[in-house]
Amino acid sequence: MSRLILKKCSIGRSRWHWPIAGLVLLGARPALALVSFEDKAAVKKTAVKAQDDPDGSRRAFLAAYKVFMHPRCMNCHPSGDAPLQGEDSHVHGQNVKRGKDGTGKYALKCSNCHQDKHVAGENMPPGNPNWRLPSPEAPLIFQGRSPAALASQLKDPGRTGGKTLEQILHHVAEDKLVLGCWEPGEGRAKPPLSHGDFVREVQAWIEKGAHVPPP
Amino acid sequence: MIKLKVNRKEYAVDVSPDTPLLWVIRETIGLTGTKFGCGAAQCGACTVHLDGEAVRSCVTAVERAAGREVVTIEGLPDDLGMPLKDAWIAEDVPQCGYCQSGQIMAAAVLLRETTRPTDEDIDDCMTGNICRCGTYPRIRRAIHRAAAALSKGTGK
Repeated sequence: MSRLILKKCSIGRSRWHWPIAGLVLLGARPALALVSFEDKAAVKKTAVKAQDDPDGSRRAFLAAYKVFMHPRCMNCHPSGDAPLQGEDSHVHGQNVKRGKDGTGKYALKCSNCHQDKHVAGENMPPGNPNWRLPSPEAPLIFQGRSPAALASQLKDPGRTGGKTLEQILHHVAEDKLVLGCWEPGEGRAKPPLSHGDFVREVQAWIEKGAHVPPP
Repeated sequence: MIKLKVNRKEYAVDVSPDTPLLWVIRETIGLTGTKFGCGAAQCGACTVHLDGEAVRSCVTAVERAAGREVVTIEGLPDDLGMPLKDAWIAEDVPQCGYCQSGQIMAAAVLLRETTRPTDEDIDDCMTGNICRCGTYPRIRRAIHRAAAALSKGTGK
């Protein structure tokens, strides 16, 4: 039984990138041994055997879905070509667009305002070193997706830019942009689960068979 | 001391690292062409180039600019700057003029990245630069004029 072990994750020091993820993950199968995260704290190895559990898998996805659909996550996974912003997920002001690589266009590139860290003050631009949208080739839309639609999408590499479930798990566990959702800055709410619980639910969904909730 | 390069000239400024780049440009270095508008990255009046990108200097801590190339309206190179300024004059774009340096700095990025911008390209680039006088139609015409001049090789 193949296993995957990741050893470390910490905000500000993670150097994970998708191409590296792809190399590390080659050959990985649903039986995963992953680090568990408790918010920013790192490193607890667990070895979990795969066990098909449709009801448990669906329950785990529905728990994680509340995070996927929270503004901190969904605002960067819009249905259109513009990011969303705010607690009401309105379309980003200034006609900001995704651009060819998800980092904006012309004079309105994300990093022109969104820097490595938050600008102090309510309603000031939040920051993150990885600030971006998904690419236009694989926009990974969350907005408007039902639990069934979102789960199906996440299982389909044709709609995730070729990312496997294991790679998606790494994105939610390690990408600094995701981790930043739990340090949102002034005036912005955190997602409804802790980051550790969120990762555990996504992991459980996958390990128990990645079953799709009923429509 | 923080070392900066602004308009190809080096400076060492004795300011707190979190001082907005805008204040350093205007108050410490004395280049007042870049304007303060909203202080929250909302209006674009403070746009300068940082390594060629159109950053909002009102929310950019000066430490972010250390060791990098800052260009303000005073130092915009002639290859893009002159066609834009000529077009701005030809189309009589400014009314009060307060936002115009930010407008031109944003437009320079557009023309650097696309030689013949469409109206949609102009919208995608310029919507973040607010003009309370409403000179948008003239800004659009001036950008098209500058692009045409550049494509004909008549940009100075």
